Amino acid sequence: MSTAHRLDISTAPFLHQGRNTSRVMLEVLMALVPVIISAVYFFGVSALMLIAVTVLACVLTEASLAKDGINFGVLKDNSALLTGVLLGLTLPPATPLWVAALGGIIAMVLGKAIWGGLGQNMFNPALVGRAFLQAAFPSLMTTWTLPESFLDVAPSTFAVPLMSAQADVVTAATPLALSKFEGKVTEVGPLFFGNTAGSLGETAGVIILLCGLYLIYRKIFDWRLMVSTLLSVAIFAAILHQVDPKAYPGPEFMLLSGGLMFGAVYMVTDPVTTPITSKGAWIFGAGVGVLVVLIRLWGGLPEGVMFSILLMNSVTPLINRYTQPRPFGSKATPK
Amino acid sequence: MQRYATFRHGVHPAEHKEATEGLPIERMRFVDEYILPLAQHIGAPSKCLVKVGQRVERGQMIAAAGGFISTSLHAPVTGTVSAIEMRPHPNGKLAESIILKTDRFDSQSSFKPVYEGADGSLPKKDAVHLVQSAGIVGLGGAAFPSHVKLSVPEGKTVRFLVLNGCECEPYLTCDHRVMLEHPRKVMRGLELIMDHLGAERAYIGVEVNKMDAIDALRAACTRGDIEVIPLTVKYPQGAEKALIDSVLKMAVPTGKLPLDIEIVVNNVGTAAAITDLVETGSPLIERVVTLTGPGIRRPANVMVPLGTPLRDVIEHCGGLTSDTRQLILGGPMMGMAQKSLDVPMTKGASGVLALTEPANNRAEDPCIRCGRCLEACPMFLNPSRIHFLVRAERAEQAKASHVMDCYECASCSFVCPSNIPLAQLMKIGKAMVRQL
Ligand code: SF4
Ligand code: SF4
Repeated sequence: MSTAHRLDISTAPFLHQGRNTSRVMLEVLMALVPVIISAVYFFGVSALMLIAVTVLACVLTEASLAKDGINFGVLKDNSALLTGVLLGLTLPPATPLWVAALGGIIAMVLGKAIWGGLGQNMFNPALVGRAFLQAAFPSLMTTWTLPESFLDVAPSTFAVPLMSAQADVVTAATPLALSKFEGKVTEVGPLFFGNTAGSLGETAGVIILLCGLYLIYRKIFDWRLMVSTLLSVAIFAAILHQVDPKAYPGPEFMLLSGGLMFGAVYMVTDPVTTPITSKGAWIFGAGVGVLVVLIRLWGGLPEGVMFSILLMNSVTPLINRYTQPRPFGSKATPK
Repeated sequence: MQRYATFRHGVHPAEHKEATEGLPIERMRFVDEYILPLAQHIGAPSKCLVKVGQRVERGQMIAAAGGFISTSLHAPVTGTVSAIEMRPHPNGKLAESIILKTDRFDSQSSFKPVYEGADGSLPKKDAVHLVQSAGIVGLGGAAFPSHVKLSVPEGKTVRFLVLNGCECEPYLTCDHRVMLEHPRKVMRGLELIMDHLGAERAYIGVEVNKMDAIDALRAACTRGDIEVIPLTVKYPQGAEKALIDSVLKMAVPTGKLPLDIEIVVNNVGTAAAITDLVETGSPLIERVVTLTGPGIRRPANVMVPLGTPLRDVIEHCGGLTSDTRQLILGGPMMGMAQKSLDVPMTKGASGVLALTEPANNRAEDPCIRCGRCLEACPMFLNPSRIHFLVRAERAEQAKASHVMDCYECASCSFVCPSNIPLAQLMKIGKAMVRQL
């Protein structure tokens, strides 16, 4: 027997389930491909450009903020890439590219780097970027366009930084704005299949839902977060609709309109910024759902998914603190 | 699909048992030298009874129990004591060991019984002492002296006896083979322990990936108060607290022992060893070891005399492939990586695993708070939180987060996508708390 084996010493276990963090992120990215395709299908080439710009902005920012100077090695966990895609998909189609890039930089700096990097941030980085843009460019972020053809690009897309873009485009109101400000409820069909106005990634409910089911099936995300969010919106909306069907749209409209589906599948499920405990996950989702309905119906904005999630992000440490698991065999073991 | 009894949480590592589960237990030839560390069980080391140059008979006691939680040690072969010195121990340290030089002219076919009038039953009065003097320990891996579990302290009673035939560690098949080849011995040992303890009922928990063993045990079962319970294949099904939950739906209170809720758990191999003791008078001088993994040329289940150097056991199995990178004593979830082939096989060595691709040499990422470790932990701890506390050296808070309830099953490390050595950090955390 040869004795020249160089034996490695490490500690147990010597088996691993095999899926690491970069792989988890990659699988989420894969589940985003259908959404990206639908965004390009509905909004044309400008959708593609926007996503490319946010991804580039996020990736370059992350690499240049590495602890040891500029280092592209830090990208291998795929998290910056994922933030870039998510941010891109939350933008309205006519967003100027430079604004999108700014959003990406803000997402990585304020949303992640200043907290200490991956795993440390309190708020969802993509939503931090998006919220910044919402605050800085309120009108741009609520200008919804529908392109006439695939290659049709809104003039604002190539706007020069800091020049106010002339929004000389056909604008459309989102289903939520129609409902809120004009009392018109869009039918379920278009909502489900995506041919309504809205941000890039939020219009095709059915595609997002299928991707969400895939992610649950692959055990990438905690299903409780997704389910509790949607369930909470549905229940709350159904109750209100029962009380006064004229004033409050029904649950199917609430579920399928705006960024809810996208938020529930891809944002609420971000492990870093949501509770680590399973009980906490239920509370988080329920909280997001209630806040979404409250903001949509009584807030000043037609849409509230982003702020609901960010608000719940801020109470995540608190939820964690109060939902710590009790050791098996302690007095009130969950049975 | 039929549902089987189980516990909550836990993980599903690939089983990897195919290579050896169908292979009968084989014997190996005696080698020239045996290394017997005085500490190869939980508790105080044994006290050496022999001198260098002394001739010893196979089965003769060469070290006596060094306290109540300690046990004795016997010569695995007839030969002479060639040295008593420090030798590498599987735990990575040097340990005082008795070195035996085998008598080449002895057939090694007989042994000196520790139980003279062995009549097939445990003596009423002296059972605890007898089992201690036979050196029998839990053969599942932890090597806890078995006689301790046979002595019920004043004021305590035992209602249920649970025999652990789960063998939930991937790769290992030694318990499987013992149950399959010696179901009568397992059953008899169970009856002996049960009657000695005065237990009302006894159960044998076996994972359903060993249906043939379940059938064999059922066929060997002649009493109505003993039941074989098929259990879901899930790790760590064989951990004492998980097993009690699966079989009896009872929770051992935190910080307590099974005995505090009138339960005793033993391993199937231990039961068989007790049968051997009462039927032939044999002390524990050998055990079944599974040698497997991609690096072992001829995987096998081998009856190994205690103290056999790892090198010789591996050689018996055709040696290691040249691409072997890691050698583990025990199972892949809780075993110990070995640097040297000179360590001996001890009472707790249930397997030798040769891996060609170390699973956990990948870089560590930060914790992404995904909660997978919480959902894996059979003790319902929060390994993520505890690992932050341990790294920050906050022993008090780690204690308040129940780090002491961790039994180091490593399910958390197994699932962590960021490759954080959580179980290792739990171990360090426990050591920190003990120093408080
Ligand atoms: S914390 Fe301890 S008991 Fe829980 S999974 Fe990790 S090693 Fe096992
Ligand atoms: S499994 Fe790893 S990454 Fe996930 S919460 Fe636990 S420690 Fe953090």
